[in-house]
Amino acid sequence: MPTTWDVLVIGGGVAGLSAVIAARRLGAAARLIESAPLALRGGNARHARNFRIAHAEPQFFAPGAYTEHEFLSELVRTTGGGTDVDLARSLIADTTDVVDWLAGNGVVLQNPAIGAIPFSRRTAFLLGGGKAMINALYETAEKIGVVIRYDSEAMVLGQNGAGLWEVEIRKGAATERVRAQTVVAASGGPGLRAEGLILRGGAYSDGAWMQRLIEAGARTIGDPASGHMVAVDARGPRVDGGIVTRITALPYGLVVDRDAFAVESPGAGSGRTHYARWGARIAQCPEGLAFLILDAEGLSRAPPSALAPVRAATPAGLAEALGLDGAALARAVEGAKKLAGPPFFAFPMRAGLTFVHFGLAVDGSMRVKMRDGRIFPTLFAAGMIMAANILPRGYLAGLGVTLSVVSGRRAGEAAARHALA
Amino acid sequence: MPSPDLAREAERVLRICAACMYCDGLCPVFPALTGKHEHSGAEKIYLANLCHNCRACWHDCQYAPPHPFAVNVPATLAALRRESYADHVWPGALGRGFRRPALGAGIFVGVALAVMLMVLAPHGSWAALHRARPGPGSFYAVAPLGLMMGLAGASAGWAVLSLVISTRRFWRAISGEARLRLSPRALMLAAADIVTLRHLDGGGPGCNETGPRFSQRRRIFHQIMVAGFVLLVAATLAAAFFQHFLGVMPPFAPMSLPVVLGVAGGVAVVVGAAGLLAIEAKPEREPSERGETRLNLVFLVMIEIVVLSGLALLLWRDTAAMGPLLALHLGLVTGFFAAVPASKALHAPFRAAAILRSAAERLSRRRREARNAATFE
Ligand SMILES: Cc1cc2nc3c(=O)[nH]c(=O)nc-3n(C[C@H](O)[C@H](O)[C@H](O)COP(=O)(O)OP(=O)(O)OC[C@H]3O[C@@H](n4cnc5c(N)ncnc54)[C@H](O)[C@@H]3O)c2cc1C
Ligand code: SF4
Ligand code: SF4
Repeated sequence: MPTTWDVLVIGGGVAGLSAVIAARRLGAAARLIESAPLALRGGNARHARNFRIAHAEPQFFAPGAYTEHEFLSELVRTTGGGTDVDLARSLIADTTDVVDWLAGNGVVLQNPAIGAIPFSRRTAFLLGGGKAMINALYETAEKIGVVIRYDSEAMVLGQNGAGLWEVEIRKGAATERVRAQTVVAASGGPGLRAEGLILRGGAYSDGAWMQRLIEAGARTIGDPASGHMVAVDARGPRVDGGIVTRITALPYGLVVDRDAFAVESPGAGSGRTHYARWGARIAQCPEGLAFLILDAEGLSRAPPSALAPVRAATPAGLAEALGLDGAALARAVEGAKKLAGPPFFAFPMRAGLTFVHFGLAVDGSMRVKMRDGRIFPTLFAAGMIMAANILPRGYLAGLGVTLSVVSGRRAGEAAARHALA
Repeated sequence: MPSPDLAREAERVLRICAACMYCDGLCPVFPALTGKHEHSGAEKIYLANLCHNCRACWHDCQYAPPHPFAVNVPATLAALRRESYADHVWPGALGRGFRRPALGAGIFVGVALAVMLMVLAPHGSWAALHRARPGPGSFYAVAPLGLMMGLAGASAGWAVLSLVISTRRFWRAISGEARLRLSPRALMLAAADIVTLRHLDGGGPGCNETGPRFSQRRRIFHQIMVAGFVLLVAATLAAAFFQHFLGVMPPFAPMSLPVVLGVAGGVAVVVGAAGLLAIEAKPEREPSERGETRLNLVFLVMIEIVVLSGLALLLWRDTAAMGPLLALHLGLVTGFFAAVPASKALHAPFRAAAILRSAAERLSRRRREARNAATFE
């Protein structure tokens, strides 16, 4: 094992894997540090399903076309013009060969003709979902000679006299110092924790490493108080519940808060992204708690949910099961004129945070910018940790994985080139 | 009926899967969940038998333990599948064989010993069997034709009768509420899925019998073994033809049709079953269900023993070992067929029935819009 690594990648999510594979393929001695145990490796891509790619012609994985221009204009629109347009344009150009690159590294896409996936011109679906992609990328990384350490958390970053990075890595009770010419930070976004909020992603993407880099002089971008939130089942896990606890049937029923007062719809309607607006609205309810009340008709329109709804014959019975005031709930149900007769069903809900619009500022090679205006020449950032450069607000479905792959690849290649030069 | 705990666990897991559906490209089990909030008992055993235990959905599951949801589809469906054998097998008393695979093994050994004794008795002693002279008609000097035909016919007839009735019971259970139309196209589609074992392809790359790495090993060995069975049946038919219509008495010449078919079939079964045994002998612990693994092992070992005894007979039929070997083989074959109804053999017609329902539904259902897949992140 080398005493000085060419490229040290912190974080074994899809961004880190992309970076380390790209670096290794250029010949760099590359090491990947992942704080999660093997069974939970891969970060939040485990919960991802599809990813957005530009393509000029129909492909086996996506019909029609989705041009780079259309991709960029949708991104500009969702971010209210906040995206770094030049960076976004060049990263979007990179998305055109992401499918080939992933396939070359063992990732299998789903043929839209099998299974039950919806028609999607903008995105490609991973066969078996994100965890299958993660498994394939880890296998490839191992096969091409990347050295991988699980249960290993990067704790402290320093630079020695020769300008080499010294990273302190904790594994259980042991601490190891690893020296590297270049470091790629791919440790995910900030894991904002607020009272009453559910974290949809994994516990290991906690933002601590990003905080370390900020303390070391990295410049930040975006708003730490702004995030993408959706309504999720309050009975689900506090972290890592992923996709299945999402509640999307809000337009078909009545939403009340802890005091059984009806909660007004945040102008969300029933459009495709209504559930994202509801997330922020529920976060503002007392104790961050709300309840979706449905009749049988509403429930039949709802997609299947991971946890069965609470069921009762009357509003009073429902109120008792939910710990709400019976009379108040009966009034709310009456007043809403939305629900037909019994039985009634309910889902307790909280806001579930998907990601935060905040991260480290980078240049076109994914090198981390400093607060004083300079650039760290050998420190790179990829994936969610730098997403706020592109996504300071809003979201486009399938952007998370795509951005992680293209930024990871670019960071890994740039780091390898620098180290091998 | 499956135990309440198992039914509850299956309901919990299938609910999470129906909300998730990330595995919908891996096999037909998941598309069958589309839009379903609840799953009846019949629905569950249908899905359990549609599952081919490829384990792709275990390695790909974002909710596998240590995640608190602890989703384990392969093991849950395997347990349910085993219960469905027990619940539908005829006669019902054999159901115990699927809760304790020792029953199948017991029938096998017991009947085999009884038959050997039956063959041995007229000869007086094991040594006397050794004296049976090789040459045409020598087999019948060891055991009379009538006895051989009677034993083989009765045991094979029993096996077929039981499998047919068990499968009918199972088919009634899974097709009752589904109101299926069995068109010729559905039958063709199902036949193609069975011949290619398509459901073991994990949606393309193969199954995961030994880890996150894909492989087609299980599928290949299984079909080698099945091809071997087909050849053995052909060999038996050819032998009957030679004897009744050509008047040629066994043992047949080494290059005769029955022997050639028999050797090819026997070797294929031995190789296929050995490959499956190697995979089954060290299963990944977590996604495997111990009861099913045991059932598989017992069945495969039974197959190996029976077919190896046949090959041994062929190899040493011109020596003094012929008599004992014939007695042994006859006993084992009879024991095997006697035990088939209480063995993993049931998986074949049950799975075929589930595949048939799946094919019929695929044809009748216009590709339903996946309601829960409408919004992605
Ligand atoms: C529920 C959910 C569903 C989603 N669905 C989709 C989708 O369908 N399509 C899509 O494109 N995107 C989706 N996303 C977004 C996408 O998952 C993320 O954008 C992407 O996975 C980010 O990858 P990453 O590698 O940058 O960060 P992460 O996935 O957060 O990975 C960071 C990794 O770094 C490790 N780590 C952290 N700190 C340290 C440290 N100090 N030392 C060592 N290792 C460390 C962590 O263990 C983790 O493995 C979804 C997100 C969520 C939460
Ligand atoms: S097995 Fe896991 S990943 Fe697959 S559909 Fe079920 S819950 Fe989702
Ligand atoms: S066939 Fe494979 S993918 Fe399908 S349910 Fe069974 S183990 Fe899972």
